[in-house]
Amino acid sequence: MLGEPPLGTEPIIRLRQVEQRFAGGVTALAGLDLDVRPGEWLSLLGPSGCGKSTALRLIAGLSQPTAGSVERRLPGTNAIGFVFQEPTLMPWATVEANIALPLQILGVPRTEIRARVGGLIERVGLAGFERARPRELSGGMKMRVSIARALVAAPRLLLLDEPFAALDEITRSRLNDDLLALWQAQGFTVVFVTHSVWESVYLSTRIAVFSARPGRVMAEVVVDAPAPRGGDFRESATYLSTCRQVSEKLAEAMR
Amino acid sequence: MRLRRRLAGFSAMGGPPLAVILLCLAVWEGLVRWRHVPEYILPGPLRIAAALGESWPTLFSSLLFTLAVTGEALLAAVILGAGLAVLLAQSRWIERSFFPLAVVLQVTPIVAVAPLLLIWIHNVRLALVVCAGIVAFFPMVANTTLGLNSADHNLLDLLRLYGASRWQVFRRVRLPSALPYFLGGLRISGGLALIGAVVAELVAGSGGTETGLAYRILESGYNLEIPRMFAALALLSAAGVLLWAALSGLSWLLLHRWHESAVRREG
Repeated sequence: MLGEPPLGTEPIIRLRQVEQRFAGGVTALAGLDLDVRPGEWLSLLGPSGCGKSTALRLIAGLSQPTAGSVERRLPGTNAIGFVFQEPTLMPWATVEANIALPLQILGVPRTEIRARVGGLIERVGLAGFERARPRELSGGMKMRVSIARALVAAPRLLLLDEPFAALDEITRSRLNDDLLALWQAQGFTVVFVTHSVWESVYLSTRIAVFSARPGRVMAEVVVDAPAPRGGDFRESATYLSTCRQVSEKLAEAMR
Repeated sequence: MRLRRRLAGFSAMGGPPLAVILLCLAVWEGLVRWRHVPEYILPGPLRIAAALGESWPTLFSSLLFTLAVTGEALLAAVILGAGLAVLLAQSRWIERSFFPLAVVLQVTPIVAVAPLLLIWIHNVRLALVVCAGIVAFFPMVANTTLGLNSADHNLLDLLRLYGASRWQVFRRVRLPSALPYFLGGLRISGGLALIGAVVAELVAGSGGTETGLAYRILESGYNLEIPRMFAALALLSAAGVLLWAALSGLSWLLLHRWHESAVRREG
């Protein structure tokens, strides 16, 4: 079932027979096996409530599984960046200060913080909004701040929990393209939770299809298309056939 | 055009409430004169204003005394209340153990406690401050605790991800999240501190060597100087309004850039 990993790429995250049961008696995950390999864009695809977000929290180390093991081969406390479903910004702080938060926690010197935040603001398309407060920004801009904050500490692994679910189609597709460009330029690893087949195929190098609750990986699909992906890829035969393949797997998984 | 715009500005600023107040005063004055109400029952506003003028030096120094007691009580309530809230926010266990005590302090009427405090504390002024402080204490504790506990959980998770210390979490997220709640409590406590100061002085029957407005009201009552009584009452109201306005201003100053409660909506 599991695809063979490419040679010489040891997984940075390895989940084995993970079970997550909540106090209320709900079993979110059962028998989950999942590897995350360096440099890949892995999408966790499944119906809502299937435990994708729970799996992401386990990967981040924000919660512990009730059974099974979570191995993490990542250095330091700055190795993981997390983007939540909502922007989750500090409403009292400026865009700059929001992005600088992780570096302040990590104790990075002030001058270095300024340099790194300044450069990043440019790259995520927030130039001119440095001094704005979150409430003065649109939903898409807030999400950009949230992404910049997740990237500012130069993480090896970026975790995204349906980050664009609340955005309109146009904003969403632009943010997807920008995020894809950042991923290609910087070479971090992405785990992306989504319930959109089309989005997952467009963005990912690999897709893990989850079953309905209790969630586990029912199928994996490798998306075999080179970077950079753009509008052409969306109209290509590869894209359409992969979408069909993933949709079928998803339908099977939900049965 | 310019006149109309100025009128529009006036009405937006506070013209309507001012007009209502003036109308009420005019009706009051008119009724008192028309019905020949004796001034020891109900003096008219003009008579009260005159009494205020006559007794201004005494009343003003009493006002300062009452305000000083109120201010000291509020300060103590803020420091102790917010301090206790920080302690309560450290764990559910501590909160569950200590919060009922704060509730007991809140629900016991201060009028009933004041005589006891006056026996225990020989310095009358200090006793007044303690009474007023007890009344102002609870909203500070309750609101600040609520604020400290209402920080965005995802934001707290994010800090955990970066290995933030307890202090960093407190300073960077919990404290700013609590600010709007704290300021809401402060506005309530400000008014309560003034009420507490007045009630305590009424119970004490004197303010010690100095005398506050509450005692002036009692004194004027004994001497049947009803206009002077009303003048002291008017000063008390003015002090309350001023305190409220000052604390609202402080709240606006700290929150208007980011908090929904203080942001002016456009359109």
